[in-house]
Amino acid sequence: MKRIQLGPFNRVEGDLEVNLEVEGGHVVSAQVNSPLFRGFEQVLIGRLPEDALTIVPRICGICSVAQSAAAATALADLAGITPPPNGLLAQRLIQATENLADHLTHFYLFFMPDFARSVYAGRDWYAPVAARFMAVKGKAAGDVLQARARFFNLIGFLAGRWPHTLALQPGGSTKAMTPAERIRVLALLREFRAFLENVLLGDTLEAFSALDSEQALLAWAAGRNADFPLFLHAAGDLALERTGRAADRFLSYGAYGLFASGLWQPDAPPAKLDATKITEDTRHAWLADSEPLPPARGETVVNAEKAGAYTWCKSPRYAGQVVETGALARQVVAGNRLARDLVERHGASVTARVVARMIELAGVLPAMEQWVRDLVPGDPFCLPAPLPESGEGIGLVEAARGSLGHWLSVKRGHIERYQIIAPTTWNFSPRDRENQPGPLEQALVGLPAGDGTLPTVQHVVRSFDPCMVCTVH
Amino acid sequence: MKVLWLQSAGCGGCTQSMLCAAPRPLFDELRDAGIEFLWHPALALESGEEALAILEECAAGRLAFDVLCVEGAMLRGPNGSGKFHLMAGDGRPLTEWVERLARQARWVFAIGSCTAYGGLSASTPGNPLEACGLQYDTDTPGGLLGAAFQSSGGLPVVNIAGCPTHPGWVVDTLEKLALEGLNASDLDEFGRPLLYADQLVHHGCARNEFYEFKASAQKHSDLGCLMENLGCKGTQAHADCNLRPWNGSGSCLRGGFACIACTEPGFESPGHAFQQTPKVAGIPIGLPTDMPKAWFVALAALSKSATPKRVRDNSVVDHPVVRPTVKKGVK
Repeated sequence: MKRIQLGPFNRVEGDLEVNLEVEGGHVVSAQVNSPLFRGFEQVLIGRLPEDALTIVPRICGICSVAQSAAAATALADLAGITPPPNGLLAQRLIQATENLADHLTHFYLFFMPDFARSVYAGRDWYAPVAARFMAVKGKAAGDVLQARARFFNLIGFLAGRWPHTLALQPGGSTKAMTPAERIRVLALLREFRAFLENVLLGDTLEAFSALDSEQALLAWAAGRNADFPLFLHAAGDLALERTGRAADRFLSYGAYGLFASGLWQPDAPPAKLDATKITEDTRHAWLADSEPLPPARGETVVNAEKAGAYTWCKSPRYAGQVVETGALARQVVAGNRLARDLVERHGASVTARVVARMIELAGVLPAMEQWVRDLVPGDPFCLPAPLPESGEGIGLVEAARGSLGHWLSVKRGHIERYQIIAPTTWNFSPRDRENQPGPLEQALVGLPAGDGTLPTVQHVVRSFDPCMVCTVH
Repeated sequence: MKVLWLQSAGCGGCTQSMLCAAPRPLFDELRDAGIEFLWHPALALESGEEALAILEECAAGRLAFDVLCVEGAMLRGPNGSGKFHLMAGDGRPLTEWVERLARQARWVFAIGSCTAYGGLSASTPGNPLEACGLQYDTDTPGGLLGAAFQSSGGLPVVNIAGCPTHPGWVVDTLEKLALEGLNASDLDEFGRPLLYADQLVHHGCARNEFYEFKASAQKHSDLGCLMENLGCKGTQAHADCNLRPWNGSGSCLRGGFACIACTEPGFESPGHAFQQTPKVAGIPIGLPTDMPKAWFVALAALSKSATPKRVRDNSVVDHPVVRPTVKKGVK
């Protein structure tokens, strides 16, 4: 038995360390460690509830809007109000911009550079992949930074700036779009569509969205000259469609009124979401131990010397079970046929997780175009949202990386408790008191590791698009 | 010019913001200005042992680099152990790495307000994280490296403050350094580059006409000035946010929400709700920095009495309801 410690695990958002036990060149056990603690839940306690809108985006610089959206939703729940239609559309547009930009950033800047490693020289796909995706120096880096920066101009119009906007409010959005901005935003969406169609996919978004099985996907990709088909070629060569399976139990809170919420697993009927089944376990975190608690009663109390602990991350569980969250989970729960086919054939995998991000890029952009058309000039974007002196609120949203929940309680006008479960907290959770490993800990078992092996472990870790700064909030 | 970048207790948002640099793609822009990342945790290829080897060579003085950029607050806790942030794969506190590398760097840049002053991590009641900035504890000189610290290039820590920083502030400061160097006279009293910090957020604000007449927004999404009721500190915050737009054409004020002065030390704990203006006897207490209070009160009273109907009516709605008068053409 050999122990391997991997870190710093860069090109993820935040800090990650992975500890592997290796036997015969394969991983027999994995421990995932978040070696940073930030303590935002304590920062929030005692503050005015509306101050959460300023503080929580600063949990994360890559899904800052998702944090805003969760807080705004929790405060709207506390206030018992719903934003007006324009406000909801604006919120969706702002959230979707960030989520799609995250998918793009992940694919080009975080995930693909590992395929440009010299260990792959000699593969028939290596030369074009290395030329496009070499970290910082690859040709695609300039293309994607330009497309990403231009796409984020939507946020300039809709939310002032990114990251860390205050535009998302419980009552809607602080920024009413002007008629001229509506035209500009549609033009920016067309520009982004052109990038996705010409550079990323090599086909129309609608044609890609129509793919309904692994077989259809592979037939579509054959001989197609664009960045994502290039990945599929490399992934097929490396059998990544059969690599990186976790619990195969998928959770989604539902997004944009477009993707359903729920729980899905193979060979079982889809289940409705029941948020009361969510608990967090702290057995292997450097946090005070207690029974697994629902987040509405959860605590985050540091115990840095705790025996048996190996991370700052808690273990969220749904009905006591390990679940995976993210774009793949969202699409599987929502019933996307391609995502379901991939999972039913092979289980969750590196390939399936990346494909699911493409499904969202192709599917959500046309929806954004429609949301802009649906805005009604002159109608309100934001309603006043007076908050009660005491009460509770829950905000469940989908960030790019998966299910994000905020649970808040207010007493005498101040925040009494604020608990957050981020997507990566689910996916990169440590073992719980039943000794069930978290999704990534499961996904790494059986992979080749040690001297001279391919970077399969890296592909699997990055396939989840981890956001550790959120995890350790 | 070689740049080594580390991230500690921040959100990574300053890097994410920097990737939005415009008009040219960030990597192309930096490369052509002669600037390269020796290692960057979010962007570089090397991870694990390869990355630690680069850092160790730099810290030992065997591999030369020019600028150490640090993003995120320094966590000294618990009990001075630094255990709240250990370098992955290495087990040593990030604070130790930063101290070693800062001694070798020709210049040290704090990227963002967390790194400059401690940020939200340092504003937890009682500061259990023992968080601080590189050279400040909030607005007090000190921090991880100490008030007397100077890098070998002869400057204290350059504080590119902001939450997050604007991509242009980072890129311009790096390019200024590469082009002609940086001097103490290029920095303000808090170590911020004057190239963006010798202006106020108020300058160029698109709501200026409403400000002039004290035609104030009453609620979120109103078009009026955000200073009187909704907490805006644009007249007190040092930054060029309304002269140098964010994400193409944006700014906080253009987005309809208050400037919270995120380039200023201690912005995280203003002592009042972020989106409300504290007042005494109906008069905001946080008045423009350069203006005597009595003058402000007198001018505000005068300008309010002279507010055109168009400005007054438009200030409390989310889209203009009164257009500027059009003079009929004279033939």
